[in-house]
Amino acid sequence: MTEELQEITLTVNGRRHVLAVQPRRLLVDVLRDDLGLPGTHIGCEHGVCGTCTVLLDDASVRACITLAVQADGRSVRTVEGLADGMRLHPLQEEFWDKQGLQCGYCTPGMLMRAVEILEQVPDPTPDQVREGIASNLCRCTGYQYIVEAVLAAAPRMRSENPWDPTVPTEAKA
Amino acid sequence: MSALSERPAEPVVGRAVPHESAALHVTGQALYTDDLVGRTKDVLHAWPRQVMHAHARVTALRTEPAYAVPGVVRVLTAADVPGVNDAGVKHDEPLFPDEVMFYGHAVCWVLGETLEAARLGAEAIEVEVEPLPALVTVREAIAAGSFQGGQPHLERGDVEAGLAGAAHVFSGELEFAGQEHFYLETHCSLAHVDENGQVFVQSSTQHPSETQEIVAHVLGLTNSEVTVQCLRMGGGFGGKEMQPHGFAAIAALGATLTGRPVRLRLNRSQDMTMSGKRHGFHARWRVGFDESGCLQALDATLTSDGGWSLDLSEPVLARALCHVDNAYWIPNVRVNGRIAKTNKTSQTAFRGFGGPQGMLVIEDILGRCAPLLGVDAAELRRRNFYTAGGTTPYGQPVRHPERLATIWQKVLDASDFAARTSEIEAYNATHPHTKRGLAVTPVKFGISFNLTAFNQGGALVHVYKDGSVLINHGGTEMGQGLHTKMLQVAATTLGVPLHRVRLAPTRTDKVPNTSATAASSGADLNGAAVKNACEQIRGRLAQVAAERLGISPADVRFADGAVHGIAFASDRLAWEEVVKAAYFQRVQLWAAGFYRTEGLHWDSSRMRGEPFKYFAYGAAAAEVEVDGFTGAYRTRRVDIVHDVGDSLSPLVDLGQIEGGFVQGAGWLTLEDLRWEEREGPHHGRLATQAASTYKLPSFSEMPEVFNVTLLPNATEEGAVYGSKAVGEPPLMLAFSVREAIRQAAAAFGPPGLSVDLASPATPEAVYWAIEQARRSTEHGHVDEGAPGVLPDQPAADAPPMVPFSERVQRMMTRT
Repeated sequence: MTEELQEITLTVNGRRHVLAVQPRRLLVDVLRDDLGLPGTHIGCEHGVCGTCTVLLDDASVRACITLAVQADGRSVRTVEGLADGMRLHPLQEEFWDKQGLQCGYCTPGMLMRAVEILEQVPDPTPDQVREGIASNLCRCTGYQYIVEAVLAAAPRMRSENPWDPTVPTEAKA
Repeated sequence: MSALSERPAEPVVGRAVPHESAALHVTGQALYTDDLVGRTKDVLHAWPRQVMHAHARVTALRTEPAYAVPGVVRVLTAADVPGVNDAGVKHDEPLFPDEVMFYGHAVCWVLGETLEAARLGAEAIEVEVEPLPALVTVREAIAAGSFQGGQPHLERGDVEAGLAGAAHVFSGELEFAGQEHFYLETHCSLAHVDENGQVFVQSSTQHPSETQEIVAHVLGLTNSEVTVQCLRMGGGFGGKEMQPHGFAAIAALGATLTGRPVRLRLNRSQDMTMSGKRHGFHARWRVGFDESGCLQALDATLTSDGGWSLDLSEPVLARALCHVDNAYWIPNVRVNGRIAKTNKTSQTAFRGFGGPQGMLVIEDILGRCAPLLGVDAAELRRRNFYTAGGTTPYGQPVRHPERLATIWQKVLDASDFAARTSEIEAYNATHPHTKRGLAVTPVKFGISFNLTAFNQGGALVHVYKDGSVLINHGGTEMGQGLHTKMLQVAATTLGVPLHRVRLAPTRTDKVPNTSATAASSGADLNGAAVKNACEQIRGRLAQVAAERLGISPADVRFADGAVHGIAFASDRLAWEEVVKAAYFQRVQLWAAGFYRTEGLHWDSSRMRGEPFKYFAYGAAAAEVEVDGFTGAYRTRRVDIVHDVGDSLSPLVDLGQIEGGFVQGAGWLTLEDLRWEEREGPHHGRLATQAASTYKLPSFSEMPEVFNVTLLPNATEEGAVYGSKAVGEPPLMLAFSVREAIRQAAAAFGPPGLSVDLASPATPEAVYWAIEQARRSTEHGHVDEGAPGVLPDQPAADAPPMVPFSERVQRMMTRT
């Protein structure tokens, strides 16, 4: 309560924010409450379920156990930044079409984890996708359609190259 | 074909369409209750003061220190309740208790400008308690005679004569664990006070109407003064059928006292330590078989672990008793049920609602007795299936029993069962340290609420002047795809393209007096109500169109956004044109729809009647491989054939089957709720109160091969557009995994050994089953012959099963 605020700079979905936060404030709370990005959901609250997965620079982190100050000076990608304007990311389209979701609560985290998987391994085998997605829990589905969606998105990401994470959204518009 | 089940040409139902909110979900735009906080001004945050005793009397509660914490606005205690201090409908669960009934029970709540302030305020409150003796396990409660609620008794035929005449009599005991829902979105409510004291609560609830009722009775308001809305839930699984009410009431009470919006969102450990779970059960049983292995008699006493209050324990137990037969004909049956009162969270609805617990008892019996009878387990199950003319122990004819045989054969064929059984025998003969098992189990699950009154649904459908359609119905969306199906039903009935129909969030001021979205009945009840509303509108529009087309209204057809006559050469009118014409003719373009399931009756005090509209059937074959050193196992392959009638929405239904199976496998194999059973300061504490200690199914545990198919040509006459409910039944397909593990564990011992398997069959439990198989040639804990294990019989003064709602009905009849 009495802790001093620390100034940090976050680049979230290509947009720069300067914020004053308590050193112990969680990244997920900053995203949801301070930046108005409720697409990143809170699940188990201690780094197990993967619901709050976002990309910090290019690596996935659990925003519920990442301090906002740890993200200082770095870039954060959330589900809200996945689409390119009105054009959906191939992963978004495939999760939609292939029913890779039910209640949708785990979906943003799944998508961000899938982005990481496909950016690291553009042409994954089904086993690589399964192993990769095993980091994230879904309580509704049996995961089958999620894997199908990721596998279907992989060739599209390779050929369509829809989204360059290094270019801020504004610059692309 | 009935009017309810008949589909028009080219219906929108039956098409594999994605979830209606998929676009919102994949872009992060879908709103859950807690996402509304950022859009709401001046919100106060609520935090509970939990008391960490399993059982204690509160002797002093000093709230003043909380007010010294900066940012604390208000402490809510029992003294603030203007109405009834109770979170349920049975008046046995005080919202602000003066007796702590379980470890972590909240005795009061603090509202703060920030969540942090509320938390610190709650910590500052001084609570003095006098500890009381606590009962934590179901066995302790049985020994102490600590029961609550009615004790249902289900009987048919003459059990003693059946057992006396049986060639083989076995008896045994079984205790199995409950299950944490672990919906990814925890309980959440956001309450506002509108003009003139009108209360508006947004809640993550499967039962908005009951949330409304509880909020109203806590606040001393009428139902008409409270509105509850549920946008959607991040999973429910039964955990939000009854449990949200108290949390909504706290938020609403805070809002009325402060005039500010109040948000109550449980964090994960609060949710796990404060909210109810699936009931664990204890069972003692005696069973008789004839020479060929056909069931002759079953005598069983089921004791559910109800936790500290009744909640939904009575109907859960009733459904357990009504499913102890699963798919099997048992001529003589006596099943007694009782609800243990323990110092734990108030156990509640969870997908299957007692059905899985009842069915687990008979599946465990068959799995343990098959080796003793010298009959292959799959063959023993098939031999006992219901056939034509069979009735359940509670007197309901089993319609379509031939579907069981058909599904069974399809699963055997699809899974190549016979060949793989031989392969597994060969594998096991040559692998001393790993063994495989392949098991097939059936599901027969009754669809409808056991209590007849709940089997009603409502809808409100608007057609606007531009031809667009807005539907509202009494069901809630928790991911199960109900809203998707309702949109398809409306588009089918009105003959408009799917994109012309929009669905508005579930609200009690649009459709009142709804039943919970539960019992798998959401699509049956609300779908029929939506269809009814659309038919009223369509009938009026047919009059308008008939005049224009110069034909009889009976010959008007609506399809794909056009209105035309039955003749091929008929003129076609655009839907929008007919709607506009109707408006100018002053024709009502909206309708309230209603549906009541016909043909149901149920007497819960006698446990007899025909409570179910139909049965959903399915079967699964599962193969596992078990490691003899550790008990670890993996599921190599699963084949499922399931009966959803004529599917309303195949993608949705396949997803439900797959997800239900996985959740059932989690309950039976992974998810291990552990409570501190030792006396001491932590007695009664839930030890597994986080995702790190409570193992949920992840991709690592998925079957390596997973085939799911729908039973074709399966029209159900009694349900909307020929479909069947799908929410709960697939959960019980997971018995196949448990039985496959049992068989694999048994393969470590001599042939024909009966093996006990704990539930959940965690690797540790499987290890002990393997040890039992290895250690001896003795069978597990199944007694053969008389007297064996004798199930407790109810005392003469045992209270009959009279669920509260029926009591209310009777009271109302009297006055």
